[in-house]
Amino acid sequence: MSARLLQWAGQAAAYAGFAAFVGYFSSAPAYTHLDPAMALVKVSFSHGAPRQAACRERSAEELAKLPPTMRRKMDCPRVRPTVSLELLVDGIPLIAESLPPSGLSKDGPSRIYRTIPVTAGTHTLTARLRDTIRDDGEWDYERTITAELAPAQNFVVDFRADAGGFLFR
Amino acid sequence: MNALRRPVRAFFAALEGLFDRIFGPEQNPLAHLGALGFFFYWIVVATGVHLYIGFDTSVAGAYDSVEHLSRSPWFLAGVSRSLHRYASDALVVVMFVHILREFGLDRCRGVRWFSWVVGMPIIVFVYASGISGYWLVWDRLAQYVAIASTEWLDWLPIFGEPIARNFLTRGSLDDRFFTLLVFLHIAVPLILVFVLWIHLQRISRPDINPPKRLAAGTAAMLLGLSLVYPATSQGPADLGTVTSIVRPDWFYLPLYPLVDFLSAGSVWAIVAGATLVMLAIPWLPPLRRPPAAVVTLDLCNGCGRCAEDCPYSAISMAPRSDGKPFEVEAVVDPDLCVSCGICVGACPTSTPFRSDPKLPTAIDVPEPALHALRDATREASRRCVGDRRILVFGCLHSAAALQPESADTAVVPLPCVGMLPPSFIDYVLSRDLADGVFLAGCADSSSYNRLGPRWTRARLAGERDPRLRQRVPRDRLAAAWLAPRDRKRLAAEIDAFRARLPKRAPASSARPALVAEREPAQ
Repeated sequence: MSARLLQWAGQAAAYAGFAAFVGYFSSAPAYTHLDPAMALVKVSFSHGAPRQAACRERSAEELAKLPPTMRRKMDCPRVRPTVSLELLVDGIPLIAESLPPSGLSKDGPSRIYRTIPVTAGTHTLTARLRDTIRDDGEWDYERTITAELAPAQNFVVDFRADAGGFLFR
Repeated sequence: MNALRRPVRAFFAALEGLFDRIFGPEQNPLAHLGALGFFFYWIVVATGVHLYIGFDTSVAGAYDSVEHLSRSPWFLAGVSRSLHRYASDALVVVMFVHILREFGLDRCRGVRWFSWVVGMPIIVFVYASGISGYWLVWDRLAQYVAIASTEWLDWLPIFGEPIARNFLTRGSLDDRFFTLLVFLHIAVPLILVFVLWIHLQRISRPDINPPKRLAAGTAAMLLGLSLVYPATSQGPADLGTVTSIVRPDWFYLPLYPLVDFLSAGSVWAIVAGATLVMLAIPWLPPLRRPPAAVVTLDLCNGCGRCAEDCPYSAISMAPRSDGKPFEVEAVVDPDLCVSCGICVGACPTSTPFRSDPKLPTAIDVPEPALHALRDATREASRRCVGDRRILVFGCLHSAAALQPESADTAVVPLPCVGMLPPSFIDYVLSRDLADGVFLAGCADSSSYNRLGPRWTRARLAGERDPRLRQRVPRDRLAAAWLAPRDRKRLAAEIDAFRARLPKRAPASSARPALVAEREPAQ
């Protein structure tokens, strides 16, 4: 075989090798992100708890102490309390978190985004949320459902106070 | 860092040797990695424009439109899609091989830090372009990529609302957000062109187009791959379910599984750490920079050959400042000069025939200065005995670096073979300092100072100034362009040259016409 032919064969092999490398790794090997027998529970919401304190009227003495440009009659603290959240699946607490308000002045909404793989099948889910400061240990919102989770189902636990509380989707 | 560099260099030396034999030095893909990167980029752009014509930018219509493009024979959009993907993947491959090779060849320190550092954002933009492209197909892989990307980004405390909430349930994703992704996929590659332009700013005559044969072969390869193994979608996205098993593009998406195995924070730490190390490489350790080239204005006639030949754009021609009757003068930017000496070899005033021991020239590098090179040449000549004496002018970065001398062969080292003015060859032979001159430069595929070997060949062939004079007997001159690994081959080439070299004439008849020559006209 002449040197020229060998060169051509070498080039063909180099191109084929590169093409095989690119072609294969462009879509293989497969990756299992989540066991196909599992479902995924996603807990995500953005909720601004009611302000920690109500507005009150400033006294004349208090107003006098303030700079003239800041003498607003009503004092409305912006701070929101920390939101407490619990999620129980079949009675087992999978989430028990305190969600502080966002923002430098702690006046933004509390946010959460969590994913929890669970085995497919029937489960009882209980979601609880407290967005006020209270000493009795009670929850402001609570909802329990029994759900049939299919394999690979994306089950979302959302919260919207204006819609009555927890939404299971 | 040098301990790391050595095996990388050895690996590339072996691979380059193989590719030199297969493709030939001119077409060696390893010598054109950057150009191949550009080539793949343009394929991606061209096919992207083609695909965009038929692409539906709505959430509901994106998947179907891509499927339609892939399956319909309309202008072979399916082939375009496959080319779009495979050229993008090939771009990632050549990009990383390019980075690794530049690291191995130590072409990232000194003044080359700029190209290296600017290369880092290019990686980011290439990935941002590729990953955003995977979203647009809006299949199961796109869903996985979109959610995994946003969950990873949400770890950074810079976003108010978690971006991943856009993909929470069926119906969460609106057309506006999707259009934003389309915009990103177009805008980021455009910014990439701008960064690529900056990347090349300190390189003169950048190699941005691969040789035609290599380009044709590469294009044929991609086309063949697209026809044999077309890119396909992985089923329509459905936010009501989770993508359990995906077939990721491992060139673009290797970090996503890592986020699952480690955590978003850990992967950010790895990325940040790797970025810092990469950015620091040009200074690990700092390169000792030899003093920059110096212009002697009295001798400079502003011909511009040094600026023309400098591979690093370190020389510019500025308006004359000394009142001499020339329009311009050469100005060296010390920050860009690597002291390769190619400018010295380009300057018509760089001639060893002058009687002045300081051997002034219009532009010179201090290490080694032209007079030192002449002294070294004379000294090397004195070491040679026999009737076939050979002087080897060898680049320190080529196979000549460790070339042993013999009784009739001596080596004169140069920072780059391009530093040797052709008049030196004339000088050696006409002054009977040797019977033959052998130039040993870098192979084109691994040339340390890029254009040095190319300019030298052109000067010897009389195609570029300063040209080798006609009177120089060509049978007493030979050259080899070899990588450092090719020491044995260099020795064999020198032996072969010695064997065919005409024997030394008796001293009394040693080319009297040439010996009688003195300073040639400047």
